[in-house]
Amino acid sequence: MMELNPLVIFFASIFTNNMILSNFLGMCSFIAISSEIKTSLSLGQAVTFVLTFTTLLNYLVYHYLLVPLGLEYLRYIVFIIIIAAFVQLIEMIIDRYFPALYHALGIFLPLITVNCAVLGVSLFMIIRDYTLLQSIAFGLGSGLGWTLAIVTMAGIRQKIKNAPIPKGLEGAGITLIITGLMALAFIGFSGIVVIQ
Amino acid sequence: MNTILMTTLTISGITGILALLLSVANRTIANYGEMKLTINDEKEYTVEGGDSLLSTLIEEEIFIPSACGGKGSCGYCKVKVTQGGGEILPTELGYVTPEEQREGIRLSCQLKVKTDLKIEIPEELFNVRQYDYTLSYMADVTDKIKHLRLRLPENATIDFKPGQYVQILTPVYKESDEEVYRAYSIASSPVNKNHIELLIGYVPEGICTTYIHKYLKEKDRLTIVGPFGDFYYRDTDREMIMVGIGTGMAPLLSILRYMRDQGIQRKGTFFFGARTREDLFLTEEIDEISRTLKDIEIVYTLSRPTPECHWEGPVGRVNDLLDKRLDDCSRLEAYLCGSPLMIDAVMEVFKKKDFPLEHIHYDKFE
Repeated sequence: MMELNPLVIFFASIFTNNMILSNFLGMCSFIAISSEIKTSLSLGQAVTFVLTFTTLLNYLVYHYLLVPLGLEYLRYIVFIIIIAAFVQLIEMIIDRYFPALYHALGIFLPLITVNCAVLGVSLFMIIRDYTLLQSIAFGLGSGLGWTLAIVTMAGIRQKIKNAPIPKGLEGAGITLIITGLMALAFIGFSGIVVIQ
Repeated sequence: MNTILMTTLTISGITGILALLLSVANRTIANYGEMKLTINDEKEYTVEGGDSLLSTLIEEEIFIPSACGGKGSCGYCKVKVTQGGGEILPTELGYVTPEEQREGIRLSCQLKVKTDLKIEIPEELFNVRQYDYTLSYMADVTDKIKHLRLRLPENATIDFKPGQYVQILTPVYKESDEEVYRAYSIASSPVNKNHIELLIGYVPEGICTTYIHKYLKEKDRLTIVGPFGDFYYRDTDREMIMVGIGTGMAPLLSILRYMRDQGIQRKGTFFFGARTREDLFLTEEIDEISRTLKDIEIVYTLSRPTPECHWEGPVGRVNDLLDKRLDDCSRLEAYLCGSPLMIDAVMEVFKKKDFPLEHIHYDKFE
């Protein structure tokens, strides 16, 4: 594990180990907010930002606080608290200084708090024993991968807006099917590198 | 023992630091300082920024109508913003038509005061006041509807037009941890300025109706804001068609009582609809009024009478009844009050019969 180049982890977490398409994490906001490219892109940016920084924060807290104290088992609750507080802080900052972005995300920003991709990345980082650099690359890559997936999905959904979809499959139904097809397509990358 | 202590300390330490950080952020980042609010180009207020426009205005004792209490789900609290305010929010789009958007109409509960603002509101909203009422009488008129009489302190008065509504400020109580405003039509005559009457139906899990039905007792105090609404009695000589379903009869009762008190004799029909005979209420008083207002015909109609009702009057939806009874609508004036479904259905009938649209007044109870 230790010999993996951070750059490899970075690209792997975008393509071969995409949080949505190979781990199926962070699905709720993925399905709910993927109807428009513009909005999904801003949500993707927010997730990338939160992912990178919470991974870094959680790494530091885990290795410099929990491990020395022998309290590794507390990681779930500690990670969740840190993520929640961080999102809250970001919301205040965006609300104040980036009104345009706040408009685009509106009430959806708090969704990131309960986005399991964010917690998932922090936990994978511990399970896979990543170093600091590897963790940052992993966090950033996973965020970009998540953005790539949701923006692609939004693009497809915009294209099929007027398509004759069977009534029962409209909305979330067809989105899940498309997610499956996209996941199949992304399997094509999996021969390149495996990080888990 | 040591681990338990360490665990507790670590978790509380981390939480404490984060809480400290967030409260500092709240004091600095989320603190917008003082803003200038100009209303109708004449009144200027200096207000604390950061809150919604609706609650900022309430702080200044200007009461914009709002039925949902600022959740962005009723669309009543529209305000024209002429300067500041930024782009319209996604949460407002459902309630503000593209036409209104061009005029600068916004939902005041969604718009936050982050810059200096210039807004325009109808002059009469300055007459809206907050009143401190005491419940002087309360009785069940059906198994789901309570009849309330509220009294103002000695010498205090309220001016309203028959048909208008007020908002009850529901306090925090056992089953609700937030204060909410809910709208109810006044059922009493405006001639009596010292008290108002309300008819309040029970809505399962409704914050205000639960409070009224289960917690409020006689002699309790109740904060009320009002009056609001453009549904009120119009002084014309047209023949009146009044339709009230369930508690929707309240504003019409106010109109009838007003006509009785003022001795106004006009031709008209009052349709009072309910499900069963038990759901009709205050019929004795209505019949009494109709003996004074001789040209007002009273029609009770039931949508689902049971065999026990022994009902011989009209049965079914009021829109079907109107469809059958109305012929030439050009000299009529309508007052509709009740569920949106009923009003939409009646509007269909009116449109079909070329009812003059400017003489249809309605109040949708959501």
